[in-house]
Formats: sequence, C-alpha cells, structure tokens
Amino acid sequence: MAAARVLRAGACRRRLLLSSASSSASSSASSASSSGGSRAAERGEWPDGAGLGFRPPAHSHSDWIGPPDQHSNLRPVIFYVPPEESALERRLREARQEAQASNQRFWARHNRAFRQEKEEFIYSRLKAKGLEMRDESGHKATLNAEEMADFYKDFLSKNLKKHLQYNRDWYKHNFRITFLMGQVALVRALRWLRWRKKNVEQ
Amino acid sequence: MSAARRCCPPRALAAGLFVWRLRNTGVPQVPCRFVHLYRVANNRLITFQYFNFLKRMYVTQCNKDLSQRAKPKSDSVVSPFHELQQLDQEKKVVHKISPVSPETSSRNELREMKSAAETEDSVIPVGAESKEDRQWKEMRLRLDDLPGVLARLSKIKLTALVVSTTSAGFAMAPVPFELTCFLLASLGTGLASCAANSINQFFEVPFDSNMSRTKNRPLVRGQISPLLAVCFAASCGIPGIALLTLGVNPLTGALGAFNIFLYTCCYTPLKRMSIANTWVGAVVGAIPPMGWTAATGSLDAGALLLGGILYSWQFPHFNALSWGLREDYSRGGYCMMSVTHPGLCRRVALRHCLALIGLSMVAPVLNITTWTFPIISLPINLYISYLGFRFYRDADRSSSRKLFFCSLWHLPMLLLVMLTCKKPALEKEDKGDLPGGSQETAMEIRLP
Repeated sequence: MAAARVLRAGACRRRLLLSSASSSASSSASSASSSGGSRAAERGEWPDGAGLGFRPPAHSHSDWIGPPDQHSNLRPVIFYVPPEESALERRLREARQEAQASNQRFWARHNRAFRQEKEEFIYSRLKAKGLEMRDESGHKATLNAEEMADFYKDFLSKNLKKHLQYNRDWYKHNFRITFLMGQVALVRALRWLRWRKKNVEQ
Repeated sequence: MSAARRCCPPRALAAGLFVWRLRNTGVPQVPCRFVHLYRVANNRLITFQYFNFLKRMYVTQCNKDLSQRAKPKSDSVVSPFHELQQLDQEKKVVHKISPVSPETSSRNELREMKSAAETEDSVIPVGAESKEDRQWKEMRLRLDDLPGVLARLSKIKLTALVVSTTSAGFAMAPVPFELTCFLLASLGTGLASCAANSINQFFEVPFDSNMSRTKNRPLVRGQISPLLAVCFAASCGIPGIALLTLGVNPLTGALGAFNIFLYTCCYTPLKRMSIANTWVGAVVGAIPPMGWTAATGSLDAGALLLGGILYSWQFPHFNALSWGLREDYSRGGYCMMSVTHPGLCRRVALRHCLALIGLSMVAPVLNITTWTFPIISLPINLYISYLGFRFYRDADRSSSRKLFFCSLWHLPMLLLVMLTCKKPALEKEDKGDLPGGSQETAMEIRLP
C-alpha cells in the first residue's frame, strides 16, 4: 500500500512521509502532519490529511472532501495550502480545521455513547423479558420501535445540555468561518480587479 | 416554511427506478466494445455502493470495480443507515445515468470510455487506487453542476408546494383575478422560500450529516461552500421580498420577510431547544396563503381561515412523519414531541384533524365558499380524522405512515375542492350578504 502510494505520488512537490508499512503509516503521518503542515505550507505542498490515508493529486489546487467518517458521520476535508497563503487565508484555514476537529470530537464521542447505551438498554430489556441476545437462528435480537421509545426519550433528555452547548459553539464557528470566507473572497476580488486595471493600462 | 416541510421520496419514483433497472439488465449481448462498456456501466447499478455522484467518474472506473468484484466489500465507510443511503443514491442514479448513453454523451465521456476500453486488459497496479480513495471528491464547483446543487439547496420541491399554496390563497380571494399580480406574488414567494431553505441548510450542516434523511444535502457533501450558500440566499431573499413589497403590496412583503425570519431564526434554532418548534413551524406553513393578502391587500377573515386550515394540517402531517424518525431525532439532539412527549404528539395530531372538519364548516359562514364545500370535503376530512384516531390509538409505525401519506394527498385535494366551491362574486352582491361592516352600510342604503 505504501509502495503503491509512493508510485502514485508522482514527481512534483510531494512530501514522501510514508516509507514504512501501511499500518504505521497513519501514525507517522499523523505525528508528522502537525509539524509537516507548517513546513508544507511554506513550500505549497499538500500536508497529509492527519492520517486519513488519502493524498489529493499534486496538480489540484482545491480542497478535497471525503466519505463520511464511520463514527461521526461527518465528511473530513483536506485543506489545500497555497504557496503564497496570506495571513487572512491562513486564519480561515485554521478556523475551518479547528471547527472540523471540534465537530469530529463531539459527534464521534456522542455517537459512540449512543450506540453503547442503546446496546446496554436492549440487553437489560431482553434480560428482563427473559430472552437471550441472540435467538435460535443466531440473529441478534432487537426490540421494536415502541420499546425503544423509552430509551430515545431518556437519551435525548440526558444530552440536552450538551447539545445546547454544542449548538452555541457550532453557530459561532459557522459564522466566523463564513465571515472569513467573505473577507478572503473580497480581498481576492479586489486583487483581481487591480491586476485587471494594471493589465488594461499596460 | 411549508405545506410539506419534509419531503419523502415519492414511491412512484422508487418503483419506476426498479423497473428501469430490471429493463436495463436485459440488454442483449452485442460483440462491440463500446456497447459492452455501456452495458457494463449499466450493470454497475447493481453494485451501487460504488456510486459516484460525478457522472464522468464512474465510466472510467467501472472496469476496476468489476475486476475487484472478488474482493470483499469493506464496511468501514458505510454509515449505519446503509439501506436508506442506498435508496437515496439509487434515486439519484435516475437523474444522472440517463445522459450516459452513446447518443447523448459528450465527446469527453466518449474519450474516457474509449481510453477505459483500451486499459481494460492492461495490468492495473493492485491497491493503487482503493475504493475509499475514489470516494474523495474535489471541492470545486463546476458550472454545470450548479443548477442541480442550487435546486437541492433551496429544496425546490418544497418551494413548489409553498408557491402552490400561495396561488391557492390568491385564487380564493374574492377579487377579480389579475395575472401580473398573481405571477409577481408567486415569484416573490418562491424566491423567499428558496432563501429561507438555503439558510436553514446553512445552519444545520453537522446535524444533517448525522440524519439519514438529510445526509445527501449539498452543504453536507461539500458541493457548495457556506459563503456561496449565504450569497445565494441573499440574492434570492432580497429580490423576493422587494418584489412582494413593491410589486404586490407592503403587507405581503412584510409577511414574507416575517416568515423568513420565523423559519430561519426561530424555528431552526428552536428545533434543538424545545418542542415548541412544531407550533412555530406550523405558523411558518400557515403564512404562505398570503396569496390572499397579495390579491386583496388586507388580512381579513378569509386569509386567516386559509392560514388556519394550513396550520391545522401541519400537525397530522409532521407528527406522523416524526413518529418514524425517533431514533434519528434522539441521536441528533432534536427536541420533537414524538420523542419527548409521544402521547401529546398523537393527541395533537388527532385534535387538528378534527379541527380541519370544523374549519371547513366555517368557510361558507365567512362567504369564502358555498355550502357545498363542507359537504364535499367531509369524506376526506373524516378519512384523515379516522387515520388520526387510528394513530392515536395504535401508536405504531404503520398507522403513522398511513396518516402521513394521507396528509400528502389530503391538502391538495382540499384546496382543489375549495377552489371549485369558491363563492362566485356576483352571487354575493345579489344576496347582499356581504361580511362584516359593509352589511350595515347596505342596510343603511335600503332604508329611506
């Protein structure tokens, strides 16, 4: 896997971090990404997506979005670091990375807790009914929706406060990112207009 | 803001999709490489977990898929809601695959197919591009994708339903029909609805990702940036409200602006804070019959009645829908009656089904319709009330689904019956039974 990755990486400006087997690739990549990220930024390379195991093609100048994460159901984004990244653009990218990390942490933990508590609930209910976790054919025994309703109500009320806090954080992140995006777009537009004007004058 | 706030995939479309798939797997074996690839592309429908949204990508990669068929499917990237995800993806295939036919495909795709044909027998480095890598997409907006993305962002089907309730409100108004006013009101409402829906999706990205019904929205998939979504919302909302205020009348404009505010700033955050969101959402759905105010320029009894009918309709519709989504709502942190107060949920649905009967009775009293309206609408109102009662008593998935699907045809039919039973203007003047204060003036004129 690592060897094939190296082959595919191609000639141009790609930081070849993966020399070991694929199992250690993610750990080395994740440890290198934080330091590699800043160095990569200087040279305009793609920092490896924090152990996500995917490298966008070298010629691409845009961000890449991946399949939903199995724990958080959120889609990870690998952000492109342009060679001359302005301070504003860097602030935007860091805000987006921070929001992504915070969302990932929250939802992965939350979904894991949901699955675990659901299993425990099903187990306790089945035990109370005197049934086993698996029936004769070996399939996992489940409760129907009406029996699960008690669990859903309980889970929601337990986590309400956590959700209220998360909502506040998410709205703050969202507005900040969108505002920064607006600023970056405005600066780029002005730069382009100035360049056009200079070209026309020449 | 809606007649149908949450759209369910139409059953007919799913059925049509299955028929279409079966038909296509029966393509006869023709010894032509090009057609073989076309057939192979269609056979890929069966292995739909490899479905890529960008139509150009799957044609080149279909060979690699088939060559790797022996490899066991990795479940690591499949979300817990596998079934529904596949259903969503299958649905999308209908819209995307049809252009990939030899006659209509662009030269670009033809070239890709030919190059794929050439590499079919060549050695492909194993593991060079895994299935997971193919699921990574470049976050670059292509212009030809933009209309589809914006349609999904603005929930175009829902917007169409909202515009139709506005048109119904306009048509019910007891004034001569003016085409320009009608078109302006419809367009303005449509734009306002697009804006509100876009902002709603902008606010709810991580929550939408976690719910199976909404996880294929454009912002969730990264097909459009949040900035662009907000700009689109602004560019729809501002002209929409301006059109309503200047082109129709200020009251309609104010109602439109108020509705956008109610939906985006009240309903959307409230969904995660308290069950009161359902009542706020019902008001959001009740305002679009402001087509009446567009026609008459005033918020009189008829407008309120029409709004009342739509308000009552929202409850059986939404409560029945939310009954089947309890797990998603609980995990996603949405405060819905179906999760926290199930008894209240069913009671409210039944109550408002019965209210619909009552409101239909009031219509002729207010001289909006003739007395034939309550009589003709009684069967459908009784039927939905019966289903509401069954839902109240049984409280299970099948009764909730029956109630939901009934509500989908109940509203259009009710509005249609109302339109056909509309009180003709002439009849009103003859009988002299004009509502409210004008009756007194009529009496005054008659007295010597």
